Amino acid sequence: MRFRVRPRAVIACVTGSIALLLLMALNIRIGDIPMSLGEVLRGVIEGDFVVMELRLPRALTGALVGAALAMAGGITQSIARNPLASPEILGVTTGASVMVVAGIVASGSVYGGASGLLLSLGIPVLALLGGLLGAALVYSLAWRRGLDGYRLVLVGIGVAAVFTNVKYWLLTVGDVNDTTRAMVWISGSLHGRGWEHVLPVFLALAVLVPVALAATRTLDALRFADDTAMSLGVRLNPARAGMILLAVGLAAVATASAGPIAFVALASPQIALRLTGSGRPPLLTSAIVGAVLVAAADLIARTAFAPVELPVGIVTAVLGAPYLIYLLIRLRRGTRT
Amino acid sequence: MRLQAVDVRLAYGDRVVVDGLDLGIEAGTVTTIIGPNGCGKSTLLRALGRLLKPAGGEVLLDGKRIDKLPTREVARVLGVLPQSPTAPEGLTVADLVARGRHPHQTWYRQWSSDDESAVADALSMTGLSDLADRPLDELSGGQRQRAWISMALAQGTDLLLLDEPTTFLDLAHQVEVLELVRHLHSSLERTVVMVLHDLNLAARYADRLVAMRSGHIIAAGTPHEVLTEELLASVFDLDAKVIADPVAGTPLVVPIGTRHGSPPASPA
Repeated sequence: MRFRVRPRAVIACVTGSIALLLLMALNIRIGDIPMSLGEVLRGVIEGDFVVMELRLPRALTGALVGAALAMAGGITQSIARNPLASPEILGVTTGASVMVVAGIVASGSVYGGASGLLLSLGIPVLALLGGLLGAALVYSLAWRRGLDGYRLVLVGIGVAAVFTNVKYWLLTVGDVNDTTRAMVWISGSLHGRGWEHVLPVFLALAVLVPVALAATRTLDALRFADDTAMSLGVRLNPARAGMILLAVGLAAVATASAGPIAFVALASPQIALRLTGSGRPPLLTSAIVGAVLVAAADLIARTAFAPVELPVGIVTAVLGAPYLIYLLIRLRRGTRT
Repeated sequence: MRLQAVDVRLAYGDRVVVDGLDLGIEAGTVTTIIGPNGCGKSTLLRALGRLLKPAGGEVLLDGKRIDKLPTREVARVLGVLPQSPTAPEGLTVADLVARGRHPHQTWYRQWSSDDESAVADALSMTGLSDLADRPLDELSGGQRQRAWISMALAQGTDLLLLDEPTTFLDLAHQVEVLELVRHLHSSLERTVVMVLHDLNLAARYADRLVAMRSGHIIAAGTPHEVLTEELLASVFDLDAKVIADPVAGTPLVVPIGTRHGSPPASPA
């Protein structure tokens, strides 16, 4: 594929990738047996068990999930023409949460045989299913002889509110042991992630990233008002539906692997936009920023209150809240001009 | 005929704006549609640019039904500049103009040297080369409008539909935009259809005027044929004197007042 190459975007991608590798190495150092960075490097090269089987998969899951969420966010924000949009308004993350909580609560005690199996194998599948169902619901409710970005946002917020309340209701009726496990999952956690969590996100990214990059120019055109996009030769409804499908796929797979990690999808595209100065969320840079954000947040989650480990989603939420406020203030200023 | 509306019926939902209208646009002409607010002139322009699908009748581009042609193919021949267009926040002039290349790109070749030179040409033609890297939001109204026209130029179409390209511009900037349009027509032989509110400027810069009221074409022809005192009374409910423009010799409308006793143009 040939693209218009911007020096600033290249610099952002290269710097981001270096930062990502460094953060992942720092992450792998931590554990019952602390390692030096040299030992981490040697461990990766020599295939050391602790590095390859226990620590690298976790770091990789975090990076890939961050990248997938960020791309999903960039696509959603372009479609909705709104920097406050994220895959949450597409119904993906909230749908996944409801489904997972329902699954855990319905299957009874954590220590029962069936739910033990469910917890190890079934949760990603439930999350994926819930995410896709949630998205289908939002999409069908928002469709009215075409898809309007503004209506999509409103419907998405409404559906998310309903799902969130169903989720809380399920948490109140469930067994304490089950709901505790469910709470960790719905905060978004990388704890105990292995290769079985890396593989689905990796495969999804391997397929969807090239598709997303191929669709960059269409996404750029969709950022304009409908009349302008149409006069550029874009078929609005098929193009928009395809883009939403792409975002839903990325977000659903990411959520299935690590739970709904908050704010990554919202913040990464906007950070990438400011780094590259390109006036739109650049997808590749967003993905790298997302990976860096999750890697950094996980490092904080594991070291801030060591030996207690926080779910990574708590850290991203704490970091994300002030960012959201900043964005709201900026938007308010913007509307005055 | 480059572009033709045949017995078109245009509606938003159940509200019919235009019914049974015929209009032909000849190659290499500048046609300006005039008429009171709500007369359906923007709606007609949107239909000519396949942004609005007619509820009846058909729009023909080079003799073929425009809604049957692939929209991308149409976008290589026909450019539309909507009324007061908006751009995503933070977009630079060069980025905006580059988006005009969309119909010429493919998923595997999203930027080429052709794109590069078309954008450079469009920027220089509109005098924006020095402002290429400035965010659109920092430009004056006139510069911004030129940037949008530049985008339409980068699209490289020989048919251009402009919906009120001079709205919100002061007189100097209006003249500037219209001189650019005239240049496109005379030097590059582009065919232009535009909607304008200022009758005197319309008379000066158009080969052909089309006067509309309540969804119907009341008169069409050269500015001299169309801009008469009788027409101003019937289309705009305006009492006016029409004299010769001392500069260009085209009709110049000098308003006297609105006509009493006749109903105002139906607002829509």
